[in-house]
Amino acid sequence: MTTATGVGRTAPAVPVAPAGAMASAHSVRQRRHRTLRRLLRNRAGVLGGVLVLGIALAAVLAPLLAPHDPDQVNLVLRTKPPGTPGYLLGTDIYGRDLLSRLIWGGRVSLTMGLAAMALSASIGISLGVLSGYLGGHVDTVVMRVVDVMLAFPYILLAIVIVATLGPGLLNTMLAIGIAGIAFYVRVMRGVAVSTREEVFVDATRAVGATDLYIMVRTILPALVPYIIVVCSLNVGFLILEAASLSFLGLGAQPPTSEWGAMLAEARQYVTVAPHVVLIPGLMILLVVIGLNLFGDGLRDAMDVRVVEQS
Amino acid sequence: MARYLARRALLLLPVMLGVTLVVFAMMHLAPGDPAVVMAGPRATPEILAEVRRYLGLDQPLVWQYVTWIAHAVQGDLGRSIRQGEQVTSLVLPRFQDSAMLGLTAFALASVVGISLGVLSALHRGSLLDQAVMLVSMLGVSTPAFFLGMLLIVVFAFRWPILPMSGLQNINGPSGPLDIARHLVLPAITLAAPSTTVIARMVRASVMETVGLDYVRTARAKGMYERLVVNRHILKNALIPVVTLLGLQVGFLLGGAAIVEVVFSYPGIGNLMVKSIVERDLPVTQGCVLLIASVYVVVNIGADVVQAYLDPRIRVSA
Repeated sequence: MTTATGVGRTAPAVPVAPAGAMASAHSVRQRRHRTLRRLLRNRAGVLGGVLVLGIALAAVLAPLLAPHDPDQVNLVLRTKPPGTPGYLLGTDIYGRDLLSRLIWGGRVSLTMGLAAMALSASIGISLGVLSGYLGGHVDTVVMRVVDVMLAFPYILLAIVIVATLGPGLLNTMLAIGIAGIAFYVRVMRGVAVSTREEVFVDATRAVGATDLYIMVRTILPALVPYIIVVCSLNVGFLILEAASLSFLGLGAQPPTSEWGAMLAEARQYVTVAPHVVLIPGLMILLVVIGLNLFGDGLRDAMDVRVVEQS
Repeated sequence: MARYLARRALLLLPVMLGVTLVVFAMMHLAPGDPAVVMAGPRATPEILAEVRRYLGLDQPLVWQYVTWIAHAVQGDLGRSIRQGEQVTSLVLPRFQDSAMLGLTAFALASVVGISLGVLSALHRGSLLDQAVMLVSMLGVSTPAFFLGMLLIVVFAFRWPILPMSGLQNINGPSGPLDIARHLVLPAITLAAPSTTVIARMVRASVMETVGLDYVRTARAKGMYERLVVNRHILKNALIPVVTLLGLQVGFLLGGAAIVEVVFSYPGIGNLMVKSIVERDLPVTQGCVLLIASVYVVVNIGADVVQAYLDPRIRVSA
């Protein structure tokens, strides 16, 4: 589209541009094919993907799959062990069906992680690209703010935000999301800085494209592989942190069935009914490990190098 | 080196300014008037105004910030709204206990993490290497509260060989040995994720160094393998690990909150979480300020150590 604006001035580029565009569209499809093939060959990655998909599907289909009402209290059937007829994973301290709570809790836990990821990724990527591409004062200001955010250990920053906003499900989501912004800015800025020097960016600028156009239509698409890999590796971490805050009593509040909150609620009864504590914990472990395996697989398949979040 | 130190110290200023601004802003962005919390729901407007004046809330924001910093520098972080005690005298003893736990976990994570990383890199593809990679995947994915609970169930309940919570016996023999026994499970729980992160990074770093030209040259000279590994490979491969260790201190400080809650450990993290739930803002601020300051200083310390070890950094930074 921009080529149209530059037709008169850069005549030699005109015949090249459409041919180049077609070639790149072709090679993009080829590359996607190759990436998919590589991903499917990575057994750990596939295992992780299947694990995550299964758990996510169970959460989505909760109303159909859950055998009981997750909040149905039954004091006669308290802390039944796994394998009790009708209660596959047993019951918790109030006699609620653990499996149903686990399935419904998945909705909350996964949504919290995904929403937080969407928040930190959208803001972090925008700021990272702006800062990396524009440089100058914008870069200085953004990086100073990022420095301050990184001066707090991640979970402490999230705790600070929750402490300010007040405990609760939505606030925890916000806190986890805001605390994660700095990580995205740092990674995406680095990639944007190196992409800025590429020939195709120069070419777009040469035909008269504006900075905004270059950032949105040229740099951002080049970052997509990085974005996919970073997000997939990051979402597991965020799910873990959200569950941690709920465990501390700052996130989801009882009687909401959320994995971290379920664990916190059963904590005092760990000697009476260890399964009520261990099963939700195991569930978080499975999701996070699935996401990490899948993310690692994606990273290797797409051949992208990214720093890990500490 | 002196110039590098000076430059690094100068960078400290804007960061600490930002950190204090964030902690100060907590007080004013938080919903609810601290004066109302302190005076109680039945206070008359006159009493509220009085409390506000007592807390300095009637002053301009900038002035409040300046006085707050001036007091903080002198170790006065205000008084707890709930207990009326000086925040400093509440926070500092707790911080000592947290530091004990954090340092134990740090020592554990560094020693085990570096050893495992080096061993698995030098024996790439071996059974040990595969086991380390598997455990490290588990380590970064396991929620600390899950691991802590698991350890409690196994080692304090099923086979009760270790205490399940607290820092010392109340009605039994106490002393250094008793405290050490209380530290075992929390320290392992806290150290687990860091150990695996360190092991992964050390493994990658050593593997990269093993393939470098000067290592091949050393071998070609006929140098003893032990010397090649110790003097040539490890010396260089472990330099970037110093920064990672610094970052891990932050993780150990921040992550301690969860572990301390799991084990009812009387540390600063536990105090902080309790103060948030009780909406005792001065205490929360004190905890956050202390943890963040220590983290900033430790990270700069790590940078300085790294620059000391590797002259290239001193020149280019």
